[in-house]
Amino acid sequence: MSNRVINLLVPIISIIIGLIVGALVMLVSGYDPVEGYSALWTGIFGDSYTIGNTIRQITPYILAGLAVAFAFRTGLFNIGVEGQLIIGWLAAAWVGYAIELPKVIHIPLALIAAAAAGAFWAFIAGFLKAKFKVHEVIVTIMLNYTALYIANAIIRNLTDGGFKTERIHESASLRSDFLRDITDNSSLHYGIIIALLMVALMWFILEKTTRGYELKAVGFNQNAADYAGMSVNKNIILAMTISGMFAGLGGAMEALGTFQNASIKAGFTGIGFDGIAVALLGANTPLGVIFGASLFGSLKYGSLNMPNAAGIPEEIVSIIIALIIFFVASGYIIRVGLQKLSKKKEGQ
Amino acid sequence: MEYVIEMLGIRKEFGSFVANNNITLQLKKGEIHALLGENGAGKSTLMNVLFGLYQPEGGEIRVRGKAVKIANPNIANDLGIGMVHQHFMLVENFTVTENIILGSEPTKMGTVNIKDAAKKVQALSEKYGLDVDPYAKIEDITVGMQQRVEILKTLYRGAEILIFDEPSASLTPQEITELIQIMRRLIEEGKSIILITHKLKEIMEVSDRVTIIRKGEGIGTVVTAETNPDHLAELMVGRQVEFKTEKTAANPTEEVLHIENLVVTDYRNIDKVKGLNLSIRKGEIVGIAGIDGNGQSELIEAITGLRRVKSGSVKLNGKDVTNMKPRHITEEGVGHIPQDRHKHGLVLDFPIGHNIALQTYYQSPIAKGIVMNYKKVSEKAQQIIKEYDVRTGNGEMTPARALSGGNQQKAIIGREIDRNPDLLIAALPTRGLDVGAIEFIHSRLIEQRDKGKAVLLVSFELDEVMNVSDRIAVIYDGQIVDELDPKATSEQELGLLMAGQSKKNKGGND
Repeated sequence: MSNRVINLLVPIISIIIGLIVGALVMLVSGYDPVEGYSALWTGIFGDSYTIGNTIRQITPYILAGLAVAFAFRTGLFNIGVEGQLIIGWLAAAWVGYAIELPKVIHIPLALIAAAAAGAFWAFIAGFLKAKFKVHEVIVTIMLNYTALYIANAIIRNLTDGGFKTERIHESASLRSDFLRDITDNSSLHYGIIIALLMVALMWFILEKTTRGYELKAVGFNQNAADYAGMSVNKNIILAMTISGMFAGLGGAMEALGTFQNASIKAGFTGIGFDGIAVALLGANTPLGVIFGASLFGSLKYGSLNMPNAAGIPEEIVSIIIALIIFFVASGYIIRVGLQKLSKKKEGQ
Repeated sequence: MEYVIEMLGIRKEFGSFVANNNITLQLKKGEIHALLGENGAGKSTLMNVLFGLYQPEGGEIRVRGKAVKIANPNIANDLGIGMVHQHFMLVENFTVTENIILGSEPTKMGTVNIKDAAKKVQALSEKYGLDVDPYAKIEDITVGMQQRVEILKTLYRGAEILIFDEPSASLTPQEITELIQIMRRLIEEGKSIILITHKLKEIMEVSDRVTIIRKGEGIGTVVTAETNPDHLAELMVGRQVEFKTEKTAANPTEEVLHIENLVVTDYRNIDKVKGLNLSIRKGEIVGIAGIDGNGQSELIEAITGLRRVKSGSVKLNGKDVTNMKPRHITEEGVGHIPQDRHKHGLVLDFPIGHNIALQTYYQSPIAKGIVMNYKKVSEKAQQIIKEYDVRTGNGEMTPARALSGGNQQKAIIGREIDRNPDLLIAALPTRGLDVGAIEFIHSRLIEQRDKGKAVLLVSFELDEVMNVSDRIAVIYDGQIVDELDPKATSEQELGLLMAGQSKKNKGGND
């Protein structure tokens, strides 16, 4: 087997094994796997409505995945995507409802506000790492909590004790009648286009610019970067800031697209943390992130249909989804297995 | 004659690449058998086959006359084969004993029995003359002592056959002398040794027989006493090797580098360069001779802007560059071959081609504004790979990590010389390289000199300093203590100066 065939086979086999083990879990707990998986399938691809909502679910995952992947590629571990996303969400919602502007200015302004807010939140971690050698993992974890509670406090203040902000103005909304009509009233919005543009942007920065070359060099070997006259500190801060920008835009998708407001949260959204898995599944490449986010988003949204259509309890559904992701993530084991298999064949 | 190990006609392939072809190595009991070859000739592959890390595609391995299949390192251990790795496999914050027992910890009622183990380690170290403190932490002991721990690790596991992989690469001359004594002691105690090296001097001094491999092919085995370094080098490289690089007399002109009263501190803020003065002119190679740790690293880092200067000045072509940023100094015309090519010289995870752009990636024609033209990077890389004979597996896109040390170094030298710097700093440029690569690098340095460039060479190898330099500056305790003409000095005189003996005590000179 050539490497190319193996590269193609690995994800397919991983998903199949994940589905089989998930089926076993359903069988053991007394549910019909065929029914369960057909409910999952219709939940994702059933009709234009579910497809629209699946794409809507994928959108913030792409941006969260990009944020984590970008940091990874530059040698940083951004665990704070969750917090940066929450801050971006709030900033976008505020610009969305507090000012009135024509659409062509309002949407970009709200997006820029979200990107800047997320970028600032990540900048704090980058700055502390560059100047005082504080590890970014610790800072970003803590900044997740500060982001969550600061956002909650601000929303409470803005609304005199309410639990969500006013709805954003139509001029800031990413939703459109056109998208709603072709997807049978789903909440699909134009955010997916922004997410895909950001995929292209990440690829362009890393693979096509001198800055990307510097960022990667600093990520791999700070001593060599220093030797080559690059500013290590400047690049660390910049890498973190760009990563936070992607995360902030992820929040904007929720504010300007899905929810049209920002609300008080009892806990984390989970999108930022899932972004870590999305980035790893996608091997930290821009295109890989689309794949990882599609898998995560589809399973996440499609599985909502399993309790209704197949009567499988939510807990079991979560286990099945986790198993599928687990096997996709353990593609390495399958790769090694395939390589051994093809070696044996050659030997005979 | 009894052989403890016989590797007969070994063949090892990696895909279409043949790393070992028809290599035969027979180790007699109680001998030191050297395995000689250039970097990338396949020495390590062969030993990894013996140690069970790779499975050979052909040939046979016999241990004490019996054919064996060594499927993994545990089997090698059981057969009494132990490997002393070039890069030590030690846990830094564990003690000597803890490291030695790691993986086969003796237990007493469920807890690790450190005391008995430490006693056993002590006994072993006394038996074989390996001076270590069983309770010392690895991070606190010298490199030489760490190596003794590696040796003890194999002995503790009952090794009868020891493989030493480039054991002297990271040792000081003093430690190398000790190592040679240790190897002799091991032989006296009935062990057998395979010594992987490309240092001819050590082979002549310590080995009984030598097996040579070249480009993966077994060339043959010779008795050390019946050969000489020239012959061995020829067998290894496949052609005659010049040990003494030919060069014409130097013709120095204007001053390029001028250092005055330079004081530089190390990372602990202790002065390491203490009021140093040095001047280098166009068209000469100045060699800094000295024992490691006398301020050489700090001096170079200060010149290149990587370390702050505490006081004094560095002038380049008459311009003060003291405490300027590294990039500024590079652009003023300094090329720097760093002493640690993995730490400073290369981004190992980048393809070698991208590494060749490391100093010029932001300049035209490689960069246009913020956009980088990777096609131009490849063109430049291909040119340097060709000019400097950098051997890569897969052209300029081969990861730098996959290149042998010599080829990595050639790429760095190509990158630095190609920028046409006025001052070329070469810090330990041939460390860990084989004779072929050393010869190549020396001739390139001399070529730069002949083109009217200034070259600053820092080396711990006396042969290198004496062969290549036009002028030798001896560094001791952060100062240049004397300047000598390489033609009018001797290793003895240099050695004394490097050890801090002043010239006046030495007596008359003819």
